[in-house]
Amino acid sequence: MDIHEYQAKEILARFGVPVPRGGLAYSPEQAGYRARELGGNAWVVKAQIHSGGRGAAGGVKLCKTPEEVQAFASTLFGKQLVTKQTDANGKGVYRVWVEGASDIAQELYLGFVLDRKSERIMIVASAHGGMEIEDLADKDPDSLRRMIIDPAAGLSEFQARELAFQLGLRGGQVAQMVTTLRACYRAYRDLDAVMVEINPLVVTHSGDLVALDAKMSFDTNALFRQSQIAELRDRSQEDPRESTAGDHGLSYVGLDGDIGCIINGAGLAMATMDMIKLAGGEPANFLDIGGGASPERVVRAFRTVLADGNVSVILVNIFAGINRCDWVAQGVVQAYKEVGLTIPVVVRLAGTNVEEGKAIIDGSGLPLISADSLAEAAAAAVAARPRIAA
Amino acid sequence: MAILITEKTRVIVQGMSGRIGSFHAADMIKYGTNVVGGVTPGKGGESVLDRPLFNTVREAVEQVGAEASLIFVPPPFAADAIMEAADAGIRTAVCVTDGIPSQDMMRVKRFLRRYPAERKMRVIGPNCAGIISPGKGFMGIMPPHIYMPGRIGIVGRSGTLGYEAAAQMKALGIGVSTSVGIGGDPINGSSFRDILELFEADPDTDAVMMIGEIGGPQEAEAAAYARDHMKKPVVAYIAGLSAPKGRKMGHAGAIVSAFGESAQEKVEILSAAGITVAPNPSSMGETMAMVLAQRKAA
Repeated sequence: MDIHEYQAKEILARFGVPVPRGGLAYSPEQAGYRARELGGNAWVVKAQIHSGGRGAAGGVKLCKTPEEVQAFASTLFGKQLVTKQTDANGKGVYRVWVEGASDIAQELYLGFVLDRKSERIMIVASAHGGMEIEDLADKDPDSLRRMIIDPAAGLSEFQARELAFQLGLRGGQVAQMVTTLRACYRAYRDLDAVMVEINPLVVTHSGDLVALDAKMSFDTNALFRQSQIAELRDRSQEDPRESTAGDHGLSYVGLDGDIGCIINGAGLAMATMDMIKLAGGEPANFLDIGGGASPERVVRAFRTVLADGNVSVILVNIFAGINRCDWVAQGVVQAYKEVGLTIPVVVRLAGTNVEEGKAIIDGSGLPLISADSLAEAAAAAVAARPRIAA
Repeated sequence: MAILITEKTRVIVQGMSGRIGSFHAADMIKYGTNVVGGVTPGKGGESVLDRPLFNTVREAVEQVGAEASLIFVPPPFAADAIMEAADAGIRTAVCVTDGIPSQDMMRVKRFLRRYPAERKMRVIGPNCAGIISPGKGFMGIMPPHIYMPGRIGIVGRSGTLGYEAAAQMKALGIGVSTSVGIGGDPINGSSFRDILELFEADPDTDAVMMIGEIGGPQEAEAAAYARDHMKKPVVAYIAGLSAPKGRKMGHAGAIVSAFGESAQEKVEILSAAGITVAPNPSSMGETMAMVLAQRKAA
C-alpha cells in the first residue's frame, strides 16, 4: 500500500529524518495561506499523488510569491496528472504540499527495499540522486552502493558510517547520515514497510542533509497490526475497478486488451493470459477468483470484468482444487442471466466435480462455448472475438 | 521412496479443529495419509476425525511421534506456528496460509538458523497448495485424483498451474513421484533449488518439471544449480510473459521489480543453463514427454 509524500515525510520525521518545513493544502487559497504561514521568499508546490515522475509531468513548481503559489495550486486541484509511471488516465490531485524551498548543493539517492536473494532489508544508495533508480541503475550503475542489514543486529552505527563515507560525505554530514539511515531502518522495520525511498536526499550549501522527497510503501499483509498506517489508504489514488474487486475477495489487475479473464489461482491466471497472447489475442485483465468461490463470487467476477468497456469476450478457466466446478458453473449461468450478457463466453473447467460442472454448462441452453484444455480455451476465445469493421 | 512424504510419514495438522483444517484433514485421511493427530491450543484432550488433539506441537511429537505438520493457522499467528513446529522437532512443515507479513517470514528464517543442520526443520510454503506423493499421501489442499503415481517430480510456485501440469502429464501417461508447491510469497521456506536437490537425490525420480513465474531470483538460482549439479533432466515453464512490469499479479511475490525477474529473462537464463523450457502452458506435458523420449533414445 502506497502513501503520499507528505505522509511519508511526517512519519520519517518522527523517526528522526530531517525534512523541510511544509504544510498541506486542500484548496488553492489554503496553499497560498500555507506559504505565508511558512514565511521565506520561495516555496515548492507539489501535487500529492501516488506516483513518481511528478516534476516532469508539471506537478511540481518553485514559486516566488504566495500569489504564485495559489495560482499554480489552482491549476493542480482536480487535475488528472499523467506521469510516466501512471496509466493514460493519470491520478487525481486532491491535496497539495507547500514547503519552503531548500538550496541544493548535492543530491543523493537513498532507498530501503526487501532483498529477496538474502531475504533481508537492503539499503541502496548513490551519491548521484535526483533521477529514478531505474535510470540510475542504467546510466550510473557504478555509483550504487548496497548494504544488507542483519535483522538480529539491526543497522549498526559503524555500518551507517561506512556507507556515509562511501557516498563522499564529510564532517557533520556523516553524523546526520547515520541518524537518517538508522531512522529509515527503524521506520521500515517497526511499521512493516516494503519500501522507503528518499530521492533526492540533499546536501544544502550550509552542509546539512534534508529529505526533499520521500516515498513509503507498506506490506498489505501486515496492515492488521498497523492500524495507523491502514488509515492512510487513499482510494482516490487506486484504480476503482481494482479496489472494488479487492473488497469482494477478487484479485484484479486491469490491462489493455479485450479478452476478459476469470481464473482461479495467480499462476494459472498468468499462464492463461500468456496462452491468449500466444493465440494472437490480448488479455483485458488479470483476475483470480481465489479458493472456495461461491456462485455469487463468480457473478461478481463477471461484473468486475464487464466494467471494462473494451471487453468483447470472456474466458473462464477453472482448475478446481478447493474450488468446485459445479459451483463455478452455476455462477456462470447465474451471471449470464443476471448481468444480461451479450458477448461470447468460453468456459473451461477441470478438477473437482468437473463432470457436474460441465453438465450444468451444457444443459443450460445458453450459448456458452465449452473447451477442454487451456490451449483450446484460448484459441476459442480469440476466435470468438467479434470482427471489427475497418 | 518419493520425497518429503510417504505413506509412513506421521502427519499432524496445526489448526485441525477449524473448518478448513478439518475439511482438508478428512481428505488427506481418505487418501491414505498417515494423519496421527492435530494441534489446537486449548483443545488438547479432545478429538477430531478420530484423531487426538493436542495443545502444543511438542505434545504431539512426544505422544504420537509427529514428524510432519500441515499448518492451517491464520496469517497473524502462522509464523509463530511454524516456529513452534521447528522447536518441537518436526522435520517438515507445510504452510498453506496466504497473507503472512514479509517480516514475519524473515523472523522465521532467522529462527530456523538456530538449529544444527541435522535437526533443522524444512518449511514448504507459505501460500502454497502443499505436497503430494501420489498413491502414498499428501499434505495440502490439492485434488489428489489428478496425480498419477510415477517417476517425475514437480516443483512450482502456483497451486493451480501445478495441477495443470500434473493433468497434462497424466493425459500422456506420465506419473508423478512427488509434487511440491513452494508458494507465491516473496520469502518462502524452500526455494526451487532446495527441492531440485531433493529430487536429484531421490532414486524414484527420473526428471523434474519446474514451474516458475515472474519476480524474484529463485528460478535463476535453480538454473545454475541444475547446470552445475544435476544429472536428471529439468523441464520448465515460466508464467507471466504478458504481465506488465511493476504490477503485482495476485501472488505477493509475482512482481517484476529488478533485472532478470521478467518471464522473458528467466526463460533465457533457464535455456542457457540447458533446461528445456515449454513454449506455452499448454505444452508442459508434451515437453516432458519429448525430453523423456530423448533420454530413452540416448
